[in-house]
Formats: sequence, C-alpha cells, structure tokens
Amino acid sequence: MAILIYAESENGKYKKDSFEIASYAKVAADKLNTSVTAISINVDNPNELGDYGVSKVLNVSSDNLKDFNAFLYADVIKQACEKEDSSIVIISSSSNTKYLGSILSVKINAGYITNVVDVPKEFNPITVKRNSFTNKAFEYAKVNSKNSLLAISKNSHGIIENKTTAQIENFEVSIVSSDTSVKSTEKATNKVTIADAEIVVSGGRGLKGPENWGMIEELADILGAATACSKPVSDLGWRPHSEHVGQTGKLVSSNLYIAIGISGAIQHLAGINSSKVKVVINTDPEAPFFKSADYGIVGDAFEVVPKLIEGLKTFKSQNA
Amino acid sequence: MFDNNNYKLNYVFLCTKFYPLNIMKILVCISHVPDTTSKINFTENNSKFDKNGVQFVINPNDEFGLTRAMWLKEKQGASVDVINVGLSDTEPTLRKALAIGADKAIRINMEPKNGLNVAKQVASLVKSENYDLVIGGRESIDYNGGMVPGMIAALTDYNFVDKCISIEINNGSVTASREIEGGKEIVESKLPLVIAGQKGIVEESDLRIPNMRGIMMARRKELQVVDPIDLDDSTSSVNFEKPQPKAEVTLVSSEDVDELINLLHNEAKAI
Repeated sequence: MAILIYAESENGKYKKDSFEIASYAKVAADKLNTSVTAISINVDNPNELGDYGVSKVLNVSSDNLKDFNAFLYADVIKQACEKEDSSIVIISSSSNTKYLGSILSVKINAGYITNVVDVPKEFNPITVKRNSFTNKAFEYAKVNSKNSLLAISKNSHGIIENKTTAQIENFEVSIVSSDTSVKSTEKATNKVTIADAEIVVSGGRGLKGPENWGMIEELADILGAATACSKPVSDLGWRPHSEHVGQTGKLVSSNLYIAIGISGAIQHLAGINSSKVKVVINTDPEAPFFKSADYGIVGDAFEVVPKLIEGLKTFKSQNA
Repeated sequence: MFDNNNYKLNYVFLCTKFYPLNIMKILVCISHVPDTTSKINFTENNSKFDKNGVQFVINPNDEFGLTRAMWLKEKQGASVDVINVGLSDTEPTLRKALAIGADKAIRINMEPKNGLNVAKQVASLVKSENYDLVIGGRESIDYNGGMVPGMIAALTDYNFVDKCISIEINNGSVTASREIEGGKEIVESKLPLVIAGQKGIVEESDLRIPNMRGIMMARRKELQVVDPIDLDDSTSSVNFEKPQPKAEVTLVSSEDVDELINLLHNEAKAI
C-alpha cells in the first residue's frame, strides 16, 4: 500500500520535479504510516531518490521505452501500481507527465486531480488544494474513488532532503504497442528552458525592438535564467512563439519572474501569477503589473537594466 | 426548400453515409468558459462559481482547434461537429462555433461534475458516431484540469497527442508536433486520433470572427440535445477560495538598483 510516484528522467538523469514529488509523497506517507515507492524508466542512478525519502525504486530498463510514449509509459506505471497495490499515485506537472496522467487515471480507475499546490488537507477522503481559474482562485477537491492520482504543481512544495537508503529492484514489465511514435525532436540544448528555470527574465513591447534583446539575454545569463516575452512581442515576430508566456502561451511558475517593459495585461498575469516573486521594471507607474508585483522600479529599462547587470556582476563575484 | 445550406448538409450526409473513407469526421470539444477579464466570484458558501454578470466565451485553447478543424474541412473535406457538456446556458457558445463554420452542434444535457465525467459523455458519442479526429484544448481556462482529451483517448482506445501545435493528415496517417519543455517533438500517428490543441496549431491572427451570414446560418443548423449516460463521481469539488490580497509592491528607486539586488537576496531569497 505504499504511495507510488513516477520519477521522471531525461537522458538517464532524474528531473528536479521528481525530487519535489518524492518530498511531497514522503510527507503524505509519514501521515499515513506508509512508505514511498518510485517507478523510474531508464535511469542511471536510481539510488539518488533515497535522499528524498523514497524507500524503494522499481527500476525499468528497456530500449523500447527509450523515447517517451504516453500510452507505453502509462501502462508501465499501471503495472507498478498493481505490483505495489498502491491506491495513491503522485506525478509531477511536466509536459510528459501531464500527457500520460489523463491516460493513467483511466487505466487505474483513479480520481485524478491536477495543479495540486499543497499536501492533502485530509486523507479520508483525500482532499487537496489546487489552482483553478488560471490562478484567480484555489479549489479544494476530493477524491471519491478508491484510487487517487495527484499531479503536483511545480515549485509548490519544494525539495526536502530526507536521507533513506532506497532498495533498488529491477522491474520487468510487459510493453504494449502504440500507433504513435516520435519522429524527431527539436530542442535548444544550451538554453535554460522556461519550464525548468528557477528564474525567468521576460521582455515586452517597452523594449521597442528585437535588436534590444541583447541586455535581456545578458541579464538572463548572469542569473542562469530563461528568457521569455509577452504576447505582442511574439505576435510582432521580435521573439519566437516558444518564448510567449501568458494564458495562451507558456504558463510560468518560477521562483523569480522579472518583467521588463511589460505593462501586465490580464492574460499575461494569468500565465505568470503562480511565480513566487515578481519584479517589474516599467516607465509607466500606472502599469497594471505594479499591482501584481512584489518589487518594482519605475524607470526606463534602457537605463535600469544595464545598471542591474553591473550590480549583479558585482553581487555574483562577492557571493560566488 | 432546396436552398444552398440544405443541399450542403445533404451532401455531407450522403458522403458520410456512402463514402465514409472520403470524408473525415471531426468532433471539436467546446468548453464554455468565463472571458479572461471576468471577475471570479463564488456563491453558495464558496461552493459554486458565480455566473452572475459573467461573459462566457469559447475556451481559447478550443478555439484554436476549431479553426484548425475549419481548415481541414476547407482544404481536404471533412464534417465538423462541435460538442459541449453543459446545461442550456452554454448554447450561445455552441451557436458561436456554428457561426464560425461548424456543421452541427451537440449538447450533452448535464452540469459537468469533473473531467472524467465530461470525458465519459464525449467518449460514448465518439464511439457510436465513429469520429476520426477529436479535437479538444490543452486545458480550459476555468477549472484548468487539462485532462479531458487524454481521458477520451484512453476510453475510446484512440491515439492521442497532447499540447498539439501542428497537425497534417494524409490518408489516415498523421504527422503532428507537440510542445515539450524547451522545444517541440514531431510525432507520427494514425487516425482515429484525439488531440489537445493550443496556440500554434493556428495563430491568434487566424481565429475567425463570425460574420452576419455565419450567424444567420448558425440559427438554422442542428443543435442536438443528448441525455447524459453516466454520472461519474470519481472526484468532486468541495469549495473555492480566493487568493490572499496581494501586499503593496515595494518600489525601489531607479537610481538604486543595488537595493533591488539586496531585497531579492536577503528578503525574498530569490537570488
């Protein structure tokens, strides 16, 4: 009856989200006097999960699972769920896990709740707090069926170390067939992605043109941040659509979001509001973003950002 | 009564009946959601969304998918039906989808309880009507469940592409791309298929505003009301809560950016 987590990996390494959901599951397991088992697929070092309270890892190695496939992966997790007789399954909110989550919930007959932002308020029945109305409200939702599947929002719980020795078990699975296969992947390898970034630096129309993005990229570099932009900027073709954050673009829940020359249209704010700390730099003190931000500078980005870059260089050299 | 519109509907009907391989049957799932700028309030002890004074629209992610469906219809021939699970108050939203160009609307007459509840209703109809392509949205902007399209696929044994940003269909073979962290993945699949669309499958500038002719025609198109089949209760909503009002922004002088760095480091602990 252990709590099962799906610990996602990429190129043999666990994603950080996996440690966060392990930490989450450990808190829940302690309250229920049970333990956490993880299922992982093609991972080099499954022992790592022991640092976050996972006591058993079902480790699957298979060339047939080299590429992500939502149906195949969901079926593997289902087999782990049956083996462990788990009634609670916990996943992250990455693109891939949300892709497989809806399929998995049907396969294991689980009540499925996404965007979960806190440990269960109650366990009988499982009742959790989740984001809804695109960050404009929280919902408490409960699971009425025997099994539950919870998708935890990124950065909502944090990573908590809890050293245990994980027992590693090679898990043999049967692999189903699927009509869907990956043909190719296009991915920038040398850039921090918006989804994985702790810090996002985002530019708006206030920057006047694509030629002015040099300072945005420099600021992002110093902070180890991802770059993003507002909708008008991607619509104008100044930046690629993949950088557009907001309601119809990417949703951001980073630790720090820095908005430069973005006024803060409601659609933009809806997409970034679950970020923890928000900073705005804008010439217009009436810009709606100031109402949503934690810190703000009223000023011209072309003066403030270079000063910020210099200041951060000094800061980094002192705090390195 | 042999007007153009009837003729067209009959034509589609005949084709689907006698030449099922030639005309693709598309179903677009339409969520009826509050407009982004709506104030979100709750009633009945914070247990229900307050619809009072709220303007409802087609869920943006679904509208991208609907537009892509219209292109498929125009370029390679297809019938496009739209479906919503909701009470009669969602009909204006379905009529808007008809005005944009969908052929027929279906409303499953119930207040949806959760994602699986909606998926079960739609899946049952997808199976009985043999749709080739089912288009949903990445998520609805109200409950943000992001689960219905995948559940429909799992319930019908259809293929599924989530966060779909492009799709081409050729003789039942599908090449689609989906958004992943930091890029995109190109996948090959086959009909029958479910996709969860989002911006990218068409761009915002491609979206269609219904014109007068479309609106007039939409009035005469069929809006079929179907009884629900299953009252799934796997999850339910307990109550809602609004976020704490935000503390006032801390303003820092543009002459003193070091103070901002200091605050971000020592107070916010964000760098």
